[in-house]
Amino acid sequence: MIAQNIAFAILALVATLAALRVVTTRNVVHAALYLVVVLASVGALYVLLAAEFVAAVQILIYIGAIVVLFLFGIMLTRATIGVESDLDNDQRWIAAITGLFLLGVLTFVLVESFGDDQLPGLAGVSREELTAQRGTGAVGDAIFSTYLVPFEVISVLLLAALVGAIVLARRD
Amino acid sequence: MAEFLRAYLTVAVFAGAAGLLVALLSTLGWAVRPSRPSRQKSIAYESGVDPAGTDFGQSQVRYYIFALLFVLFDVEAVYIFPWALRLEGYGVFGLVEMGVFIVILALGLVYAWRKGVLRWV
Repeated sequence: MIAQNIAFAILALVATLAALRVVTTRNVVHAALYLVVVLASVGALYVLLAAEFVAAVQILIYIGAIVVLFLFGIMLTRATIGVESDLDNDQRWIAAITGLFLLGVLTFVLVESFGDDQLPGLAGVSREELTAQRGTGAVGDAIFSTYLVPFEVISVLLLAALVGAIVLARRD
Repeated sequence: MAEFLRAYLTVAVFAGAAGLLVALLSTLGWAVRPSRPSRQKSIAYESGVDPAGTDFGQSQVRYYIFALLFVLFDVEAVYIFPWALRLEGYGVFGLVEMGVFIVILALGLVYAWRKGVLRWV
């Protein structure tokens, strides 16, 4: 339990510092790369919770695909790559207040719905039991029973995203 | 430490060893090699040709489609993994459900193909 807490503290610290750099760095490309550090730390936190599938998805989708989209977005727009002085504007204080409100709402919702509930610890649980409870197979069982309809709806959502992107990107 | 996390300690040790090896070899190379920097040497390497223009070139919007297609099929692949793990348990039901999922997404690929955005110009 102690080792888990120490690992959590280190990962949380890395994630927080990198997140601060995302918004304070003066180089857009560096901001995208700091985002990789944040997302990787969050992925490692999932491993600490024995949610290996979610961790793999975090690496595959967020670092492998979303950050690539961000970098493409930077390359496509006219933003100069390099140091910029006018990245901050007057809305940052409003953004900070909004962020604080969001933090408050999320904290309230978490405390309200879970309260003093404790996650079952990993100590003394064999790897086989953990895989049965939280492994990829368990995720599959949930998808193909409770969440079957949302799963099929996702394909339609992805199709809509693809068609929309093609319509927007083609100029003819 | 829990059995699960102890297994991941191997990953940490491996990463540490890899980092140490890189640091060690770089230091060794730095200690042994001669150092004669010149302007010519610090030019960015661009396939043997002198680089032209600035470091920023705006790319075409058509490349965005390829990035987006990659994201979509990356997400699709994520759903295939848990299905593949329990394939035998789900049987025909799972096959049909995954078939519907893949066919709907394949429609998107067909649309992209018909619209000609897959051509690499």
